[in-house]
Amino acid sequence: MGFYSGLLNYWVVIVLMMMGFYVVIAQHNLVKKIVGLNIFQVSVFLFYISMGKIKGGTAPILHEGMEVYSNPLPSVLILTAIVVGVATTALGLALTVRIYNAFGTIEEDEIDALETEDDATAQPTEPATEPESNQEAIR
Amino acid sequence: MNATHLPILQIIVPLIAAPVTVILRRAGAAWLLATVTTWVAFAISLTLMAHVLNDGPIVYSIGGWAAPWGIEYRIDKIGALVLVIVSAIGSVVMPYARLSVGKEIPEDRTYLFYALYLLCLTGLLGIAITGDVFNLFVFLEISSLSSYVLISLGRDRRALTAAYRYLIMGTIGATFYIIGVGLMYMATGTLNMTDLESLMPSVIDQRTIYAALAFLTVGISLKLALFPLHLWLPNAYAYAPSVVTAFLASTATKVAVYVLIRIIFTVFGVTHILEILPSVQDLLMAFSLAGIFAASAVAIYQNNVKRLLAYSSVAQIGYIILGISMLSTLGLAGGIIHLFNHALTKCALFLAMGCVAYRTGGSDLSDMRGLGRRMPWTMAAFVVGGLSLIGVPLTVGFVSKWYLVSAALEQDLWPIAGLIVIGSLLAVIYIWRVIETAYFNPVPDDAPAITEAPLSMLVPLWVAAGASIYFGIDASRTMDIALSASQTLLQGNLP
Repeated sequence: MGFYSGLLNYWVVIVLMMMGFYVVIAQHNLVKKIVGLNIFQVSVFLFYISMGKIKGGTAPILHEGMEVYSNPLPSVLILTAIVVGVATTALGLALTVRIYNAFGTIEEDEIDALETEDDATAQPTEPATEPESNQEAIR
Repeated sequence: MNATHLPILQIIVPLIAAPVTVILRRAGAAWLLATVTTWVAFAISLTLMAHVLNDGPIVYSIGGWAAPWGIEYRIDKIGALVLVIVSAIGSVVMPYARLSVGKEIPEDRTYLFYALYLLCLTGLLGIAITGDVFNLFVFLEISSLSSYVLISLGRDRRALTAAYRYLIMGTIGATFYIIGVGLMYMATGTLNMTDLESLMPSVIDQRTIYAALAFLTVGISLKLALFPLHLWLPNAYAYAPSVVTAFLASTATKVAVYVLIRIIFTVFGVTHILEILPSVQDLLMAFSLAGIFAASAVAIYQNNVKRLLAYSSVAQIGYIILGISMLSTLGLAGGIIHLFNHALTKCALFLAMGCVAYRTGGSDLSDMRGLGRRMPWTMAAFVVGGLSLIGVPLTVGFVSKWYLVSAALEQDLWPIAGLIVIGSLLAVIYIWRVIETAYFNPVPDDAPAITEAPLSMLVPLWVAAGASIYFGIDASRTMDIALSASQTLLQGNLP
């Protein structure tokens, strides 16, 4: 087993990880950033699963004629991490929708420009109009 | 009361209450349940603290599965202290939340707010209680995902982008953490912290472990907003609802600091870190000092007071990490005590800003002109918090700065002691800007007529502000806990 072929999985992991990480940093589109984040996370899933695999090992179910078993724990851990990843993606996309409704764009540089405008103009704040009776009731 | 199952109840109670608030749906009922839950959690954490102080660390195996196969909850002094901080802030903020949330979040969504708040509390408590590095990741994500949503509930549209940025950076941080955990698992075959601690010496010279340490440090530093990885924090704190800011500013970053302490001192051990990557100490020290000065300097120029306080948080995290990076008993104790003290101080300051926002509708410096006379109690609490941030005697800030300076002097680090004092002077400038506006500027003519904040908001505010004074005058109890926690963490491990 050479340094390259024997560790093929890990090479793939590193390439995917860096690709995903680069997309998150370099892309200015909010959806593409989430795509990058997903690639980044998937590389970690692959990393864990590769770690648990043993050459010639089978699923960890006791059976006649089977001597070598793969480690199931990393796969189980990654099930949890996949759930977390799905939740993060869903939340990220939901936020993107809200951002699109509020700003009318999902390009980061355009949002930055709009935010600078917001910073410059005084915040649109509704004056404190609290009916006195309401306060008393809550107190 | 049978105390054997308290560790799991600490987590289960808020976790179960969260979906129940969704079922209740009515704002008042959801608020009541959330308040009772946080108070129960606070009572449990105090009981656990008493147990830990009397009988030593508590170990609880979930489902009766012994570690390292099962997940283990392990509470020692620093864990118990963090539990008390998180649940105390969580329960102080709740009575305040009713009016503040009622005003800042649409009523048909308030029950969701309380559900998320309880989930966030669950996650933060879980991080402090667990003895398993992967379980810690799960709790980290529970608290992070709920805090992204909590931040996005802010009224300003910039809250959405702040939440999005926090989501991206937080997820990168958590993924780095899990890569580090994976590398540790590769080398040791265990996820249990105590197990990792005992197996670490045999694998410490492997390159896998070097990489693990690097990934863990960077990932956690993102979460705790160590300069220059703090970019998500200022806007997130500035535009989140007042209650969320007060809660997250006092707990979320503090819990991340706790994770860093756990990884450096428990899992790796200081001697090993100094052996393999001595530059970790220098790097943490350099970044924390840079953070103190850069963030304080930026804070001086902020016009939004919440954002000003957020930058000040980045600076204060710098002080905490500075204490930790000295890797001495006194320095670590200073870091731990500042973690506790800064939680109280920032809670008081952000709650005061919440009162201001409740009455004036904004948190800009210009909204605060002449507020000293119109909202005397709120602004007096702000002054107490501000003095504590500066480190004036008789406030908690003084106690922690005192210990940080003496820790620096103990190692003959005179320049660092000097820099801590100069950093405090920068705090004088930005706090003074707010105080000057509130007390010495006339009330603008077009200002809406406002009165003092309602009592249900003033009481929690003054509990936090009063605690910042109380623990500043009588620091013996907190200091004892911090010192003995730091001794335990460094036991047989001193460089």
